Amino acid sequence: MNEQTLPLKPSRSKPWNDPRVRALFFQLIAIAAVFWGGWALIDNTLANMESRGISTGFGFLDQSAGFGIIMSLIPYDATYSYGRTFWVGLLNTLLVSGMGIVAATILGFLIGVARLSSNWLIAKLALAYVEILRNIPLLLQIFFWYFAVLRNLPSPRQSVDIGGLFFLNNRGFYMPEPLAQPGFGVVTAAIVVAIVAVVIIKRWAKKRQLATGQVFPTVKVGLAVLIGVPVLAYLAAGGPLQWEIPELKGFNFGGGITLIPELAALWVALSLYTASFIAEIVRSGIMAVSKGQTEAAQALGLRSGLTLRLVVIPQAMRVIIPPLTSQYLNLVKNSSLATAIGYPDLVAVFMGTTLNQTGQAVEVVAMTMGVYLTISLLISLFMNIYNRAVALKER
Amino acid sequence: MKKLITLAAGTATLLGSLMATNAMAATTLESVKEKGHLQCGVTTGLPGFSQPDDKGNWTGIDVDTCRAVAAAIFGDPKAVEFTPLTAKERFTALQSGEIDMLSRNTTWTLTRDASLGLNFTGTNYYDGQGFLVSKDLGVSDAMELNGATICIQAGTTTELNLADYFRANDMEFNPLVFDTSEQTVQGFASGRCDVLTSDRSQLAALRSKLADPSSAVILPNTISKEPLGPVVRQGDDQWFNIVKWVLFAQINAEELGVTSENVEDMKKSDNPNIQRLLGTDGDMGDKLGLPADFGYDVIKGVGNYGEMYNRNVGPGTPLDLDRGLNALWTEGGIMYAPPMR
Repeated sequence: MNEQTLPLKPSRSKPWNDPRVRALFFQLIAIAAVFWGGWALIDNTLANMESRGISTGFGFLDQSAGFGIIMSLIPYDATYSYGRTFWVGLLNTLLVSGMGIVAATILGFLIGVARLSSNWLIAKLALAYVEILRNIPLLLQIFFWYFAVLRNLPSPRQSVDIGGLFFLNNRGFYMPEPLAQPGFGVVTAAIVVAIVAVVIIKRWAKKRQLATGQVFPTVKVGLAVLIGVPVLAYLAAGGPLQWEIPELKGFNFGGGITLIPELAALWVALSLYTASFIAEIVRSGIMAVSKGQTEAAQALGLRSGLTLRLVVIPQAMRVIIPPLTSQYLNLVKNSSLATAIGYPDLVAVFMGTTLNQTGQAVEVVAMTMGVYLTISLLISLFMNIYNRAVALKER
Repeated sequence: MKKLITLAAGTATLLGSLMATNAMAATTLESVKEKGHLQCGVTTGLPGFSQPDDKGNWTGIDVDTCRAVAAAIFGDPKAVEFTPLTAKERFTALQSGEIDMLSRNTTWTLTRDASLGLNFTGTNYYDGQGFLVSKDLGVSDAMELNGATICIQAGTTTELNLADYFRANDMEFNPLVFDTSEQTVQGFASGRCDVLTSDRSQLAALRSKLADPSSAVILPNTISKEPLGPVVRQGDDQWFNIVKWVLFAQINAEELGVTSENVEDMKKSDNPNIQRLLGTDGDMGDKLGLPADFGYDVIKGVGNYGEMYNRNVGPGTPLDLDRGLNALWTEGGIMYAPPMR
């Protein structure tokens, strides 16, 4: 019997029938189309701008800016370039975002935990906080903190005087500024040494606890080292610090550090608003941890504070971090509302004044978009690295 | 496969349309006629210049400049739609074609004229930058402002002049920059800044918005030249000429004594200048691509320059501004229009 055997290999299909080849082919076409589209867009924009006599290019970044900015973390005056205004704006954005993230995180965790408190009053107050603050538009909150609060502060000549060192008026909060004198390097070195020492102590304490079961008071000793060592070094070096105390001259206070009301209002508004969302994230994170975990911890005799800190929160973090990242991103992007109250952030300084004085809209907007994209991606990256570190490791 | 073909076709259409925008669009006059109205960029609210009332009717000298252009094209001063713009937004709105002309107390400077793809068509108000301070401060001269906190509106020449002035006089200041003039006034009213700086005409307007206008004074110093006027896109000479000559027609009308009230009688005038202005003789309108009697429509609909000035910012209005530089050249000012011939 001449039995026909089935071929072992399926018959070689033609390349255009091979799904992998076809997929690759169409993806290449798609990539080419995207690039061509992008190129067409740029080319078209450039051609249109040229035909309308609008100058292009990044040369404007070297021209002197010629306008003042009320607050800058790096030296700046009207003689610096437009490129410098970019950095001034960027640093101001990073400052308020950083301050906001720290404050919103701390407040958000406190409120989130408070919402789950067994104390009726605390739980309801936290609920009211969340429901009120997250449902009022952020811009209104910024206006409230800026105009409503600012209007009630006294003028510079009637400032609130706190011990002759701190002053509060409608131009800001004035604090003494430490000025490092020669010999301050010793203190800086001492701070570094103290930090290293604390890390070593902590490791040693953990090792000892694992070996012997004895608990070492790491927090108390750590704090003592962290404060004590620099203070001793400071005294030993003969106090190499001078305090510049703000004083009233002419229209306003000069000298010292100033927290301008624009920054304060934006910081408070961003922190309080974002904290209400973070509180909900923390609450849901804690509720996601099985009740059995708490009961097991209690059965071991752990106090409720320790239960929360050592058992519940570490497990809740896995649920908390991804949405928390989004809140951080929102906070950074929301900081651009600064422009409404005159805080000189990137959008106000660079995309506002610089764009308008130079007319280089396309370049300036592209740069600003690039910056926000970069900041957001970096936050995302770091939070993802952290998330991986605390993630449940199954072995 | 069918899906893929649709997708590819869609992409091709999209890209095609992207490329097609490169082709020259119709002239501004044609597109305005097609729309049936003029799209005019104005301020978000500045008494005397452009300010909406509670019924949404816009009034002011800049608004009237838009209406005059609409009257010249359509014979109807109401054929205008207004786009309120902040100082920051104004040039982009014009460059991108969102508006047909900008009439928004904008200072004519070399940079703006030469590098933004814009053309300034003339000056409808000669201004200069000044300072508004609270009376309690006891300041009588700008040279006493060393160390002051100053409220400014973002994206204006004011911001630059201020820095120049303080640098030249070796003084320091803290600039507080707001987006709109409303916010700027609020900053000043709440005591956040000692001084509000802007063009003098604006200061008068902004002061009238204060709860107690007499609590603030405008210092005598004028620190800059601010010729304010309408702006159009570069590259459309016909449109540039139209906006330019509508204003010139208004100035010439004042010089010739033609007003919105006597314009009917003036039509019978045998003064050749008036005949050319009102289109009873010559082909002035034709040369601009406008109706022959565009001058008549402008004067009938909006009035001559002096009427426009007095109605919006002159004595008797809340701004109460003297003609000053804005008087005709024949009366000691510098308002001077080229002849219509």
